[in-house]
Amino acid sequence: MSELLKEEPLVLGDKSYQTVTDEVCGVLESFPTKKWYVAFGISSAIMMMGFALIGYMLIKGVGLSGIRSPVNWGMMIVTFVFWVGIGHAGTLISAILFLCKQNWRTAINRSAEAMTIFAVICAGIFPLIHTGRPWYSIYWLFPYPNQMGPLWVNFRSPLIWDVFAVSTYFTISLVFWYTGLVPDLATVRDRAKHWFRKRVYGLLALGWRGSGRGWSHYEICYLILAGIATPLVLSVHSVVSFDFAIAIVPGWHTTIFPPYFVAGAIFSGFAMVITLLVIAREVFNLKEYITMQHLDNMNKVILATGMLVGLAYATEFFIAWYSGVPYERFIFIERAMGEYYAWAYWIMVTCNVVSPQFFWFRACRRNIVLMFILSIFVNIGMWFERFVIVVTSLSQDFLPSSWRYFALSPWDYGVLLGSFGLFFTLFLLFVRFLPMIAMAEVKSVMPSPDSKGGRHD
Amino acid sequence: MTKSMKTCVVGYFFSPEAILEAAKKTRDRKFEKFDTFLPFPVHGMDQAMGLKRSPLPYVAFAAAMAGMSGGFLLQTWTHSFSWRVNIAGKPMFSWPAYIPVTFETAILITGLVTTAFMFVALLGLPNFNKKIFHPDLTSHRFALAIEVEGEQQVEAVKQFMKEIQAQEIEAVEASL
Repeated sequence: MSELLKEEPLVLGDKSYQTVTDEVCGVLESFPTKKWYVAFGISSAIMMMGFALIGYMLIKGVGLSGIRSPVNWGMMIVTFVFWVGIGHAGTLISAILFLCKQNWRTAINRSAEAMTIFAVICAGIFPLIHTGRPWYSIYWLFPYPNQMGPLWVNFRSPLIWDVFAVSTYFTISLVFWYTGLVPDLATVRDRAKHWFRKRVYGLLALGWRGSGRGWSHYEICYLILAGIATPLVLSVHSVVSFDFAIAIVPGWHTTIFPPYFVAGAIFSGFAMVITLLVIAREVFNLKEYITMQHLDNMNKVILATGMLVGLAYATEFFIAWYSGVPYERFIFIERAMGEYYAWAYWIMVTCNVVSPQFFWFRACRRNIVLMFILSIFVNIGMWFERFVIVVTSLSQDFLPSSWRYFALSPWDYGVLLGSFGLFFTLFLLFVRFLPMIAMAEVKSVMPSPDSKGGRHD
Repeated sequence: MTKSMKTCVVGYFFSPEAILEAAKKTRDRKFEKFDTFLPFPVHGMDQAMGLKRSPLPYVAFAAAMAGMSGGFLLQTWTHSFSWRVNIAGKPMFSWPAYIPVTFETAILITGLVTTAFMFVALLGLPNFNKKIFHPDLTSHRFALAIEVEGEQQVEAVKQFMKEIQAQEIEAVEASL
């Protein structure tokens, strides 16, 4: 067979099942390294700062943020859409790649799903702060039976669809993640030496014993969860895009929004997975599990979705011209060539359309430093994409006398940074306390000890 | 706790092929109660153990229907009956606008009910009193356990375990 057609093994280093258990659980059983403490210290400090700013913002009012009429959706909504998008890669890897029988997903799905959950937590905070008085928001966010006469939420509003979409997505991602974790938690429980550790992991593992009858139901359950998570993940960002597309605002009111948002979400999510895993495989010495092949495959997805996003940008422009609507044309010309926000637009295009082009080349897809830098570029670009969509359309609305330039206030920067602190704090806790490689799944795609003789011919 | 004096004869294996072969032979001997213990799902184990297909898809379908109709009815009831408020001139019964929430409730209820049913009703979890035969069973060891009563039976099943080439054999006082 020629070199090119040979398939690389999914796990390198010719490991046995026991080595997999030892190496993955070893990360949880050894004392945290100095690097971990430093990283945790910095990210939790940033998180605390973010929470302090949010607290003060709630006391003083959201006027501290940069939002001014007519831009009443500022940093908060931009960042909300950004974080929800980041979350998409996890479910894509765990559900869609599972249904497509892409076995390489097994090494990365656990951490990608964890990332999804943490990203959605970060996302959920922003609309809540944006309401100004989150303690009242339950009345208009959830259909909550109350004593204020018949008073319900407006189900005809896309904002309510969004609440349902994001909270369902969070719940199902959590259930999916936990279901996948149970067998591995049992592994950690059975290795635990200290009674307290045994007790805690034992409780979390629910008494799982890996019975053959159990696995039979479990696998069907996992398949069903993957089956329902697949349309769910495609629907979430579609519904988020409805927040914009349903409104009759130039630059928002387009039918391309749902697929465009979903492609962008997968694009940014995979970039974040690359950012995190490039570091994690280095720090925890998991290079033989998260191999170059994995990173190469993810970079291909980034390239493909990056091209989709680029196509969406071009289509938007074409349709703005082709529609003949003067408002639509005006907004798009302002976005790309206007004097106020063209800088943001071109940051977006450079980061999202130009930077992934490197991944056409195998050498670039397998270059750790380059992919790390590009993944950060992609995330910057995707934040700016949402900034461009939200801000350019609002700041120049139908009434020129009310036009106003939007800028982030220092509070906005602080809270935005704080959300990254929260995200990384949660991720660092995850890699400390839970197995970040799905051991049971990795073992099931490894060659068995009996077949190994045949493999080394 | 009642004294049932049940004994499990446990045979250990070290590869998925070996346990699969052993499970097939055990199935053909028609023991009343046996189970395998695997660190990961072994392909073909369902047939090897002679298991019926899980009823879970039916549960999921019922849950999906319930979630879907529940979500749709909630919205219809809210806007057509309980809270008839004219918002932006939209019709009271604007069913196309109900589709996203209907879809989400269907998914939400399906996911929650299916998973809970699987863990609680089918697997009997959480249950912390079951005997864990060997700590390596969730790592790299495979086991086949047959539940029996009485001394003679134990010896006979131990003999059977030897026949199916179990690497280690032990009898443990526990029920499956």
